[in-house]
Amino acid sequence: MADYTQMWQDLGLDLKSHDALLGVLGKAYADIFLAQKDRPEGMKYFDFVMSEVHGLRIREIVDAKAQGRVVVGSYCVFVPEELVLAVDGVAVGLCAGAEFGFEAAETLLPRNTCSLIKSMFGFKLGRVCPYLESCDVVVGENTCDGKKKAYEIFAPLVKDLYVMDMPQTKSEAGKKLLREEYKKFIAKLEKASGKKITPASLKKAIETVNLKRKAMIRLNALRAADPAPISGLDSLLISQVFFHDDPARFTDSVNKLCDELEARVKGHTGVAPKGTTRIVISGCPMAVPNWKVPLLIETSKAVIVGEESCVGERSTRWLTEVKGSTVDEMLDAIVDRYFSIDCAVFTPNPTRVDHVKEMAKKLHANGVIHYSLQFCQPYIMESGPVEKDLEKSHVPTLRLETDYSGEDAGQLKTRIEAFVERLKKR
Amino acid sequence: MRYAGIDLGSRTIKLAVIEDGRLVLSRKAPSSHDPLGTARQLMDGAGFDRIMATGYGRHLIRGHFDCPVISEISAFVRGSRFFSDHCCAILDIGGQDTKAISLDTDGGLCKFEMNDRCAAGTGRFLEIMAITLGFTLEEFADAALSAEKAEKINSMCTVFAESEVVSLIAQGAGRNEVALGIHKAIVSRSGGLLKRVAPEGPIFFAGGVALNPCALALLKTETGRPVFVPPDPQIVGAVGAALSAAENG
Repeated sequence: MADYTQMWQDLGLDLKSHDALLGVLGKAYADIFLAQKDRPEGMKYFDFVMSEVHGLRIREIVDAKAQGRVVVGSYCVFVPEELVLAVDGVAVGLCAGAEFGFEAAETLLPRNTCSLIKSMFGFKLGRVCPYLESCDVVVGENTCDGKKKAYEIFAPLVKDLYVMDMPQTKSEAGKKLLREEYKKFIAKLEKASGKKITPASLKKAIETVNLKRKAMIRLNALRAADPAPISGLDSLLISQVFFHDDPARFTDSVNKLCDELEARVKGHTGVAPKGTTRIVISGCPMAVPNWKVPLLIETSKAVIVGEESCVGERSTRWLTEVKGSTVDEMLDAIVDRYFSIDCAVFTPNPTRVDHVKEMAKKLHANGVIHYSLQFCQPYIMESGPVEKDLEKSHVPTLRLETDYSGEDAGQLKTRIEAFVERLKKR
Repeated sequence: MRYAGIDLGSRTIKLAVIEDGRLVLSRKAPSSHDPLGTARQLMDGAGFDRIMATGYGRHLIRGHFDCPVISEISAFVRGSRFFSDHCCAILDIGGQDTKAISLDTDGGLCKFEMNDRCAAGTGRFLEIMAITLGFTLEEFADAALSAEKAEKINSMCTVFAESEVVSLIAQGAGRNEVALGIHKAIVSRSGGLLKRVAPEGPIFFAGGVALNPCALALLKTETGRPVFVPPDPQIVGAVGAALSAAENG
């Protein structure tokens, strides 16, 4: 990796802490990802992306800024990337997945806050995330109560925090609210970038993001094969990179990987022997570098074949219909697309469990592991009914509740192994 | 052929040997600071052709002996069927874990739940509470059984419950009544876990806490269900591992 010290310094990073974080991350990546057997060649691109995750990609973003492009960071799949691209902006996902700076975070937040939120504060207070530090605008959204209140406390810490309101029901009123919020967001983006969204720029943005999602849909469909052509860990990594890589290059790399995976499927080769127990993960998002539970699963004689999560199908499975000739008409299509997202903040939220069932069937999964972050009320509350519904539909389900720390790895391992043993007996 | 199962629990290590479908040997020792050394001592001279490990330390032993492993949940399922063929629910309260397991009609693993990551409401919780009240474990159960009413214990956290007990005593509560309250708290919590996964039918009660007569009596009255305790409730996991070792070959 080239020397990026000056760039990091200019972004205001705490170099000592940042070095420490990169050190831990690099080692974890080698132990977890590079140590896997029979990885597809196409993963080399993602290995490279990860080796330069705070280097080359940040350089690109800093260069884009220098060219007058606005950098917009967000923490949720409800923030439409299409709109950011339509003002020629750079969209970056900021969710953090490491137990870093929690002590500092706890000076501002209650201890009983989910790891995702704590990590977002830890990364900011510790000044270790170059993505966050590159942002001209940071977008928050009123999804769960934890995040809503967290943004109030977060606002003074960042240059320009823009908070979007969010509906809680899939009603006409809810949809109207979302549309109004997206409209306001367009105004915000136009002001921050100094550029107008035109029908042409929006159409192009919609197509770019559709292509990116289509590549992910293609990848996820290939995982239905037995033997699984790619590990769950590698697939999760790709879903994580989805949020910060250059969209066109990402799409291209995923499609190239898919070509290779298609050949694997045809040749009946994969990363685990045919007949290996197959798991779908459902629940809370796993942001980089949160690889804890997938690692435990895939070192317990099982392979993950799908993720029903924001870092997974919940962010990729819907495309935006390319229709209309005005910005307003295209916005309608964007609203239709985003309003389909079945996040647990909605009440009721029946399509989510239907989709989990569909995934289990389509991907030939033997069981579902429901993953909740501790103190994530919406997903924990929903996990009970989801489990009941799945079991009733003969989809064995294991509910796990955990956080970013490593202290419960032993207990989780016992549950996961027992669950895999249960699935094997069937 | 002699098949052994070793269960490396957080507080106790158990070894069982099965030959011709009969339990021919069982040994136990505290896990201590050196579980691997303790396991070696237990295995020494036990005489077996194959061995399988289970319990909290199962992966530790795998690094040192060439033996397959099985999760303690599957081991308990397998072991419970050795002692009883009519139970469809297992409650295991061990040193660090509490497990509630339901069995399907063929005696296979169906659903299970475990306590959270800490030792809340486990055997270790009872040990600490006994010490706080100045009892040995035997005295502790007897004292609880002799109480006519129970003091309510609200906390399940070992640390918080200790301060709760200390303040109850300071307020003049009787030691026996507090002891009964502690037993009630742990049984109602485990009973809740059991209700979620296996709400009906006879209960197979295993783990070190099944040796506690007060916990057993309370489990019967609180659930209103028949409770079966094997002759040695601590070796169920080891027996299950030994039976699995026999099947695996």
